[in-house]
Amino acid sequence: MDWVMVVQILGSTLRLATPLLFACLAGLISERAGVFDIGLEGKMLAAAFMAAAIAYATGNVWLGVASAIVASVGISLLHGVAAITFRGNQLISGVAINFLAAGLTVVVAQNWFSQGGRTPSLSGGGRMARIDLPFADAVRDVPVLGPIYSGILSGHALLVYVAFLCVPLTWFMLFRTRFGLRLRAVGENPAAVDTAGISVVGLRYGAVAIGGVLCGLAGAYLSTGLAAGFVQEMTAGRGFIALAAMIFAKWRPWHAMGAVLLFGFLEAVANRFQSIEILGVSLPVQAMQALPYILTVVILAGFVGKAIPPRAVGTPYVKEH
Amino acid sequence: MTATDISPRAQTTDYAIELRGISKAFGPVQANKDISIQVRRGTIHGIVGENGAGKSTLMSILYGFYRADAGEILINGQATEIPDSQSAIRAGIGMVFQHFKLVENFSVLENVILGAEAGGMLRPSLSRARGLLKDLAREFELNVDPDAKVEDLSVGHQQRVEILKALYREADILILDEPTGVLTPSEADHLFRILRGLKDQGKTIILITHKLREIMDVTDDVSVMRRGEMVATRPTAQTSPTELAELMVGRKVLLRVEKPPARPGKIVLQVDNLRVVDSQGVERLRGISLNVRAGEILGIAGVAGNGQSELLEVLAGLRDAEGQAQLRGEDLPLAGPGAGAISRRRQGVAHVPEDRHRRGLVLRFMAWENMALGYHHDAAYNAGPLRMNNAAIMRDTEAKMQHFDVRPPDPLLQAEGFSGGNQQKLVLAREMERNPEILLVGQPTRGVDIGAIEFIHQQLIRLRDQGSAILLVSVELDEILALSDRIAVMFDGRIMGERQSDQTNAQELGLLMAGMT
Amino acid sequence: MSAKGRIPDWADVTLVPLVSVALAFMISAILIWAIGESPWEAVKLMVEGAFGSSYGWGYTLYYATNFMFTGLAVSVAFQARLFNIGGEGQALVGGLGVALVCLYIPWPHWTLALVGAMLGGAVFGALWALIPGWLQAKRGSHIVITTIMFNFIAASLLGYMLVNVLRPQGTQDPSSPRFPPETALPSLHEILALVGIPFSRVPPVNISLLIAVAMCFVVWYLLWRTRLGYQIRAFGESEPAAEYAGISPARITIYAMLISGALAGLMAVNSVLGEQQRLVLNAVEGAGFIGIAVALMGRNHPFGVFLAAILFGFLYQGGAELALWTGIPRELIVVIQALVILFTGALDNMVRIPIARLFAQARARGR
Repeated sequence: MDWVMVVQILGSTLRLATPLLFACLAGLISERAGVFDIGLEGKMLAAAFMAAAIAYATGNVWLGVASAIVASVGISLLHGVAAITFRGNQLISGVAINFLAAGLTVVVAQNWFSQGGRTPSLSGGGRMARIDLPFADAVRDVPVLGPIYSGILSGHALLVYVAFLCVPLTWFMLFRTRFGLRLRAVGENPAAVDTAGISVVGLRYGAVAIGGVLCGLAGAYLSTGLAAGFVQEMTAGRGFIALAAMIFAKWRPWHAMGAVLLFGFLEAVANRFQSIEILGVSLPVQAMQALPYILTVVILAGFVGKAIPPRAVGTPYVKEH
Repeated sequence: MTATDISPRAQTTDYAIELRGISKAFGPVQANKDISIQVRRGTIHGIVGENGAGKSTLMSILYGFYRADAGEILINGQATEIPDSQSAIRAGIGMVFQHFKLVENFSVLENVILGAEAGGMLRPSLSRARGLLKDLAREFELNVDPDAKVEDLSVGHQQRVEILKALYREADILILDEPTGVLTPSEADHLFRILRGLKDQGKTIILITHKLREIMDVTDDVSVMRRGEMVATRPTAQTSPTELAELMVGRKVLLRVEKPPARPGKIVLQVDNLRVVDSQGVERLRGISLNVRAGEILGIAGVAGNGQSELLEVLAGLRDAEGQAQLRGEDLPLAGPGAGAISRRRQGVAHVPEDRHRRGLVLRFMAWENMALGYHHDAAYNAGPLRMNNAAIMRDTEAKMQHFDVRPPDPLLQAEGFSGGNQQKLVLAREMERNPEILLVGQPTRGVDIGAIEFIHQQLIRLRDQGSAILLVSVELDEILALSDRIAVMFDGRIMGERQSDQTNAQELGLLMAGMT
Repeated sequence: MSAKGRIPDWADVTLVPLVSVALAFMISAILIWAIGESPWEAVKLMVEGAFGSSYGWGYTLYYATNFMFTGLAVSVAFQARLFNIGGEGQALVGGLGVALVCLYIPWPHWTLALVGAMLGGAVFGALWALIPGWLQAKRGSHIVITTIMFNFIAASLLGYMLVNVLRPQGTQDPSSPRFPPETALPSLHEILALVGIPFSRVPPVNISLLIAVAMCFVVWYLLWRTRLGYQIRAFGESEPAAEYAGISPARITIYAMLISGALAGLMAVNSVLGEQQRLVLNAVEGAGFIGIAVALMGRNHPFGVFLAAILFGFLYQGGAELALWTGIPRELIVVIQALVILFTGALDNMVRIPIARLFAQARARGR
């Protein structure tokens, strides 16, 4: 392995981690408010399609991003109606949303573009432009720092930077603002929030909607930044990897960033090599693909630092005294 | 004695709270009937009553959880609508619930400001709260570490956080619902010092409790509730525990159960020094010793939550405990293998649980399926290593339903389709028809209509006369008095005293139940 | 769910799922209309394609066979209040079991191979479900999350086995070699020919259909006739009551998951041994997830599962025909499936509350 390859893999790690990070933070915010969200995959997929479709139609990627957010928030609200208003099973609602998106995207794509359930390839203004950070060219040849700054950190689409900016923002929102305090409280003990005279339903809808916005960004980046157009099932389980990352990070924003970077790295490596030698053991590519899930199960089992979810997650709030 | 008279001359401004004619029904159950009460500003006002007397409903109305069907609430002389808790908070009412409404993994400060933050950002609210907490700690002995996580605090400290929450919201009126139920005696004393301090600052405090000692110690006035009605209000100085106990219990229509004198035989169950610590580290049973003989009914009296449920669960094999127990002279394991519900049943311990909806029945199972609950390993109910003999269970159910006069006598009806009384008869039929060595019964007639009560009582006496031992737990003192041959009173995880039922009366037991000896 | 007012049992079992399915179909019809096709024509095409010929019937029943297995799998777990989303992975691993049994044991006759394959599929599926079940029972790990994770791990495991272990040398295709011809299961065409009924020889429907139908009966027997079934149902309806009765929650959780996984694994007998005659990467094709819809619609009762499986078999075969003859892609079926899950599983209160209200009104008027 040479340095060029390392730089490439790390750069690719950042790009692959971006949709995971958005989705992971979406799940984190929703579950912190007490609403299970296993529909991340579906929301991302719907958003990816909308972004690509509108970006293609208008030639403007940002209109695509906006439509992606609208679509994703719409689905979130459907989840809200089922999970919060009608106190239905949040997990089943999430499963339904994943299928709904998987089916609808193809049906609509076929109807609009007749290209076998995909959108036409995006180019020009329909794709997210890469951004070169200031002085990226100037420091390119500086040893060590040069490749890190110019090769790894610079040259990604705007949403990559937005995603990583969302980490401190989420942290700040959750732990430094009134809204965050209430949001965390409603996920731990909604009765405490209710007796304090705050609307449990309102808070949960708010959290679910924010999750929708983030999933919208995740999907939009996937189809207009990472790829150049939408293809069927293009999320390929990323919503579940994000879910895994959320558990792995034990519902904490900074740790979530660490988790998605790890999982993104595994994906980048798996994309590059068929197998990898570690300490004389040959690790097949499938093992790397499965690793995020295996790690999550280990964490869930509590063998290494138990992951304790927000206490009220998954249970609809019913007033009782 | 009727409700407190509302004198038109009374200066309403002297009262922090005045309720007029409050009524509230839940379906057919009238939880509050035409309740009127006046609470003087700057006093501690106690409200006492048995379980189900309607105290909690009344306070929930005051805090905006329920809307009264009729009546008026006046706060400081002003008629006030309280449709939700937000309005109650705005009206200056703070509530300390029996089960705390705290976010356990939040810090004390975070809990205190939740819902009363000073702006979009937390920092200013937190530092304001920190300052206020420091003042309150000095003033009222309300000291808690503001940065500690609530889950790491003792129950007593958690309660202080609830009080701090109310004070942070500038509550003038503080309602405490059974505040000492979870406290140690020294914690309770501390709480009362806090309450007196608050009173001296002009706060009004409503204290809901069933413990008469506390009422006598700390209140200025006391109101007694019984069966949804406010039966009396007295200045505490002019009343006595005896009078209050009498008012609480009332001169009810005495339940009469025809029963021949008991002929107690050998000791069936002997229990020594039973101890249970619950998952929160609170000691629920603090050394219970008792025995029950064949052919007698031992009644356990007490206000709910004083350890009776835990006692039943331990004996029924649903909860581990420390101590010794013997059934017919043989050791009965209280933990580990051999202590489970199945083994207990095999040894002849039958159990009618306190909560038949949650435990005693699977509501969506048909009557005949419920008849096998707990006895599904019984040889007569099985037709092979795997197969259950449904036909045999069905026949058995029909016979038992007949015998216990369950209506409708339809073994195919789901349990939830029966009335409360008939559900209970189903459970009793299942547990009693096997002539157990000992029958553990919890609240046998809770939510049961009068006709069924009589029938159930007769059946219990019949079982006793056939030579079974019966341990009866009930919060209905009448029931205990009517059925038991001996009565033990539980209070705070201990047995306060044991009496022969023909040598005691409701007043004496009422005092014991309130922790007075 | 405590909806205000009670619905009679017959209505709860029939009306609520029927209204839910009707809602799902209505929305799908609107969708078909919105993409410029005629819903009425679409329905005609689907019915024609699925039931109009023995060819159509053959495919419908082939799909239904898969869905019966996975639907039963989800139902058994649901009866114990466990939401097993892992049917997909359990069926995949079951497929691995079937393949290993068929490839490495020289079976003299298909009858023996069938027994062997059933054992292989069931045991592998059960073991794959055992781990999440054990983790739920003993460590309290949320079974929904762990079974999701196990679906992905199963896919990776299968990928590895096919690419690195089972793939015959010299081929690029990640799939196992063909099973020996002795293991080939008789098709419905052959079975019906014995009694003189002509049936298309093309569709892959085979003797596994009979096994699936038998399994519906076996599961019914298990749940409503055996002691284990009694305990599973008691635990599912009320954990406190089960504890009171001395039923161990941990043990029942593990048993229910074992049975559930075994049923999902059995699906591979139909798809891997019955149809493909070799193990391929996408051997399950989402049938594990369809089992969720089938179970929800069938109210977790084997008879309901049987009917719902046939309905979904119809949808899948009809959907394929639809895609062939119109501009409506196959994925429309996934949308219908999603809507069925949504209405029967998550928005059931939305359906149930108005129905309960109607009954309350009817009762009030009758008085």
